[in-house]
Amino acid sequence: MAPRKPSVMRPARDVAVVAFGQTDHLRSTDELSEVEMLMPVLHQVLAATGLRTSDIGFTCSGSCDYLAGRAFSFTMALDGVGAWPPISESHVEMDGAWALYEAWTALQTGEADTALVYSYGKSSPGSVRDVLTRQLDPYYLAPLWPDSVALAALQAQALIDAGETDEPALAGVARRSRADATANPHAQLSGSVAQGDYVVRPLRTGDCPPVGDGAAAVILAAGERARDLCERPAWIRGIDHRVEAHGLGVRDLTDSPSTRLAAERAGVFERPVDTAELHAPFTSQEVVLRKALRLGDDVTVNPSGGALAANPMMAAGLIRIGEAAARIHRGASHRAVAHATSGPCLQQNLVALLEGDTR
Amino acid sequence: MASAPSSGVLRAPLVVEFPFTRSLGPVQSAFLTGLRERVVLGVKARDGRTLVPPVEYDPVTAEEIRDLVEVAATGTVTTWAWNHEPRRGQPLATPFAWVLVKLDGADTGLLHALDAPGPDAVRTGMRVRVRWAAERVGAITDIACFEPYEGERGARQGAPHSGEFAEPVTGIVAPARLDYTYSPGRAQTAYINALSAQKTVGERCPSCRKVYVPPRGACPTCGVATAERVEVGPRGTVTTYCIVNIKAKNLDIEVPYVYAHIALDGADLALHARIAGIPYDEVRMGLRVEPVWTEGGRFPDHYRPTGEPDADYDTYKELI
Repeated sequence: MAPRKPSVMRPARDVAVVAFGQTDHLRSTDELSEVEMLMPVLHQVLAATGLRTSDIGFTCSGSCDYLAGRAFSFTMALDGVGAWPPISESHVEMDGAWALYEAWTALQTGEADTALVYSYGKSSPGSVRDVLTRQLDPYYLAPLWPDSVALAALQAQALIDAGETDEPALAGVARRSRADATANPHAQLSGSVAQGDYVVRPLRTGDCPPVGDGAAAVILAAGERARDLCERPAWIRGIDHRVEAHGLGVRDLTDSPSTRLAAERAGVFERPVDTAELHAPFTSQEVVLRKALRLGDDVTVNPSGGALAANPMMAAGLIRIGEAAARIHRGASHRAVAHATSGPCLQQNLVALLEGDTR
Repeated sequence: MASAPSSGVLRAPLVVEFPFTRSLGPVQSAFLTGLRERVVLGVKARDGRTLVPPVEYDPVTAEEIRDLVEVAATGTVTTWAWNHEPRRGQPLATPFAWVLVKLDGADTGLLHALDAPGPDAVRTGMRVRVRWAAERVGAITDIACFEPYEGERGARQGAPHSGEFAEPVTGIVAPARLDYTYSPGRAQTAYINALSAQKTVGERCPSCRKVYVPPRGACPTCGVATAERVEVGPRGTVTTYCIVNIKAKNLDIEVPYVYAHIALDGADLALHARIAGIPYDEVRMGLRVEPVWTEGGRFPDHYRPTGEPDADYDTYKELI
């Protein structure tokens, strides 16, 4: 069966990101329950649009109970949106970028004109490297407990062997990201950060994301409603998500065909973008994503510092979309690509293309 | 033991432990049974590749694939990563390399550990062979690890195999354990601390003025933070109840007994507790009750009637 030629999927309805908020990302937030951590960002995006909870047509969240070891924690988090009387609501056990995809789909159907999307993750109560082994293939991988850094290190070594990068180049990605993060007041790790020792060779502490807690929220609106709520809406011109083959050893770890296909479908390659917010928790993954998205040196990559500056699990992907949208809101970007990932070695990838109105 | 650090928030260790019992498809069953018998099987994909470890469905076409072949227990490292600090559950307790190994006769990589003296002894392209576990049960851990091997390539590269073995493995049990440090956050810490002084505190919503017990830090109707602490009870009213007739495991309470929703005086949310000190068939909606504490108890053992007249229905109907 020959793969179908990818084609650009045009949305049926214009939908835009009209507000974005995020917490300061911290190593630990013991004093706050998940809903207490989340509430301020929900209030922030509602205040930015003047909307009340009861005005929101659809609410969708992303989180993972394994991170903090709290069963059904997302039902508690719903307290923060004022879910009584009952609201139209859904949840994905994924990064909030996929919650945004579900909300975008709901707006495409015309069932709603506005959507609230939020996600949060508290990694501090557990050991995230070990927790993430539980998402792996339960027959062939999970019994070996290969942690998230080990799997990323296998990918990094494959890139080094292929001549696509080397340790100094990876250190350069780390340095640039943390330097850019000095302009991001929410960043957990910024400024001059030592590359440090190997965690799992060839990856050093500087190549790895900080572990921490945080939350983010976005409001989507369709058509004229978006223009009412936001001076310069960040229109989602295309959005798509794709997954790699299940087996790590089946994949070419130096490439990301799923990212490229999602970008193709979202229309990213039709015209150059000026900004890219990439969800690359490890320095080596930025190398893969730049290639897959065909980003030239003239593209501003991760001006926020990206996931190397703050990587709250389940929120860091949504934050990439939010950061790209916020740049459009303030006129710093006209056409931006945002990317989110999930699973080991960029297993699953979501790509969104955002644009401001032409002035 | 719970402890309170400088911030005053409670913390306690929490262990989540579970054995996952999973059934196997025909291809996985043949592969894992084969490992038990020191035979490594792959599956032919539609594009002609031999996939090891084998999968039930083609990674490109999603078709069911069932054509098994035997591959060698020797192979080549396609990428590696040096793990100088092995973590719990990983294949080796001493420093090792994670490797993807393309076994002779296979076209894809198998993830496992390589026992090597140090990172300088490992490179992409090096030759390795399977070190079998002494006791094998039909699991990926039947491969103890790989080890460097400069000898001949193993035989049996790509010969068709029926996948049939005596006593095939049909499932696996994968134990999992994750360790956490649990903190209930500010609002619930205050609730738990108050209980240790035999008091019950809730929090009042600044918007709708409702008092939530136990407090969770937010009003689910208004979606705003609650902060004003309010002591409620100790007395309350039964708003609804049920009669428990089945004895719970590890619970030394005679059945039948009554479990009830109780609206403590001053609270706008009912909590639940056992009712005792009254025959089970005399408990009723509106019954007035008070908590009974046992020596050293962290929460009321049960509630008993106060002897007051029953509460009027209108006083608690909003809380049912």
